[in-house]
Amino acid sequence: MRFLADGPMQSAFILTGIAIGVGVIVFMSAMLAGLQSNFIKRVLTAQPHIQLTTPDEIARPLRAMPALVEAATVQRPAQRVLSIDQWQSMQRSLAARDDVATVAPTASGSALAGRGDANRSITLTGMEPDFYFRIVRIPDYLVLGSTRLESDDILIGTDLAKDLGAALGDKINVSTAAGNARVFTVKGIFDLGNKGANQRSTFVALRAAQSLLNLPGGVTTIDITVHDIYAAETIARDIGSRLPIKADSWITTNAQFFTAVKAQQSTNTLIRLFVGLSVAFGIAAVLIVSVIQRSKDIGILRAMGTKRRQILGVFLIQGGALGFLGSLAGSALGAGALFLWHRSARQADGSELFPLLLETSLFATAAAVATLTGIIAAIAPALRAARLDPVEAIRG
Amino acid sequence: MADVLVLDSIRKSYNLGNEAESEVLHGIDLSLKAGELVALTGPSGSGKSTLLNIIGLLDRPSSGTVCINGQITANLPDSALTALRGHAIGFVFQSHYLISAFTAAENVMMPMLVDRGHRDAAMRTRAEALIDDVGLTPWRDNRVTNMSGGQQQRVAIARALAMDPTLVLADEPTGNLDSVTADGVFELIQRINAERATTFLMVTHNMALAARCHRIVDVVDGRIA
Repeated sequence: MRFLADGPMQSAFILTGIAIGVGVIVFMSAMLAGLQSNFIKRVLTAQPHIQLTTPDEIARPLRAMPALVEAATVQRPAQRVLSIDQWQSMQRSLAARDDVATVAPTASGSALAGRGDANRSITLTGMEPDFYFRIVRIPDYLVLGSTRLESDDILIGTDLAKDLGAALGDKINVSTAAGNARVFTVKGIFDLGNKGANQRSTFVALRAAQSLLNLPGGVTTIDITVHDIYAAETIARDIGSRLPIKADSWITTNAQFFTAVKAQQSTNTLIRLFVGLSVAFGIAAVLIVSVIQRSKDIGILRAMGTKRRQILGVFLIQGGALGFLGSLAGSALGAGALFLWHRSARQADGSELFPLLLETSLFATAAAVATLTGIIAAIAPALRAARLDPVEAIRG
Repeated sequence: MADVLVLDSIRKSYNLGNEAESEVLHGIDLSLKAGELVALTGPSGSGKSTLLNIIGLLDRPSSGTVCINGQITANLPDSALTALRGHAIGFVFQSHYLISAFTAAENVMMPMLVDRGHRDAAMRTRAEALIDDVGLTPWRDNRVTNMSGGQQQRVAIARALAMDPTLVLADEPTGNLDSVTADGVFELIQRINAERATTFLMVTHNMALAARCHRIVDVVDGRIA
């Protein structure tokens, strides 16, 4: 440490370099973790982690004779709205799994919402609010009204409300292709942050949807949330293999988003790697210069009986100390920059672009990695110092 | 008086490449007794520095034996030579070669620090006693860069005595000093030699100072004249 303090300008320059490198890593890691968490939160609080639906209906042509070869074109049948067979027992068995957090059955299908002369096609989702709102957090997105649904209440999106000219307490006529129709009262208006979803999504009580969609006592989907969102695909495959049902995870249904998240992680890792390498080479360069500058001191220390490994230790400690001190300054720099950026960067609706996630583990990891990088970077200069011939070193 | 140092037929050659060799020392025999103050003189290029490096265990002879305090060093590994050098030999160089990052007392503590196993308080006490002994009490905690050449050389002498060695090798310790300061430094060496019975082998070109030593060893063309 005294050697470092003895060359204040040199030490200050390399500490600044390390601090900038660590600052960039801390800033990028925390910002990208925040952005990612925000994106995932937005995606996964507006849809289930796994959705179970009835398997696709397929045509099975009857063959008259086993040996007969027919050249037939088998047409894919239209997919009807069907109830999941034995859904209550499935719900119970799924809820009993350790990896599953919430199970919510829903009955959904297409319908037409009308008010006055205005009509819009909608997706009608009937659900049990106690379970479903734990999966799709409609209460979090509510801008007007309440989510306490009675049998004739409906929740609609802001864009559908605008298209139909509907406000809280207004009546909306909902009809389905099955020929059923019912009048609902607008109980709440939500904003999912997506125009398409705000135009089409509507939520009513499960029984109301069952009667409108001609599914008495039936459900079309079972929505699930799991404890580990990144294990959703594995869990979906497991469920699909155990039950006669189609299971799609959010990873499959949001493949592009998931790929983007992965790409972002890879890019972040690469940037951190290159910044780390430049910091390591900076430390190594400064220590090599230090070894050259202090070769006489090293020679004297060797003459006084200092062992090679002690010299090695001195320079390894210097490298580690540079890395550690630089990481402290860099963590403060990165956190400060992140704080300023968090205050200034806003989304179109004025909300924060990303949550400020400054976890202790990030700083601890940055300090540990920077210290280790410093020690590794110091290996070559330290070996050079330890191998110095004291006679040559003293002679200069 | 016991022999502190015995050199027997020391030869040193340097490889010049193409199998050509240059012999710098041609069979040196020398012994130093405890408490001797010996001047090593000779013209530049005569082999004095090479001889001093071999005596100081910083270099190995091509042939012959070096015996320090009765221990033959020829077959000792580097680590044992380093340990022996740290305990038995002190060095004073023409340029003081103190570590500029440290104070006078810290420089004197350095040999004890690298030896390990010394308590902080004991190191500090010994360093301060040695600093006092060389007449630098007020400068104990001064950075060595803020001291004069004579003061720095006194600190270097105190550092050489830190491990209480039996032999101190001084390579032109007064070479960079003016005559008055050089005289003061030499008198300090004389006093320490008398009081502590520490053997000093001092390379010098100053024949007046050499004449004040117990004995002069003159090296000419790699041989003792």
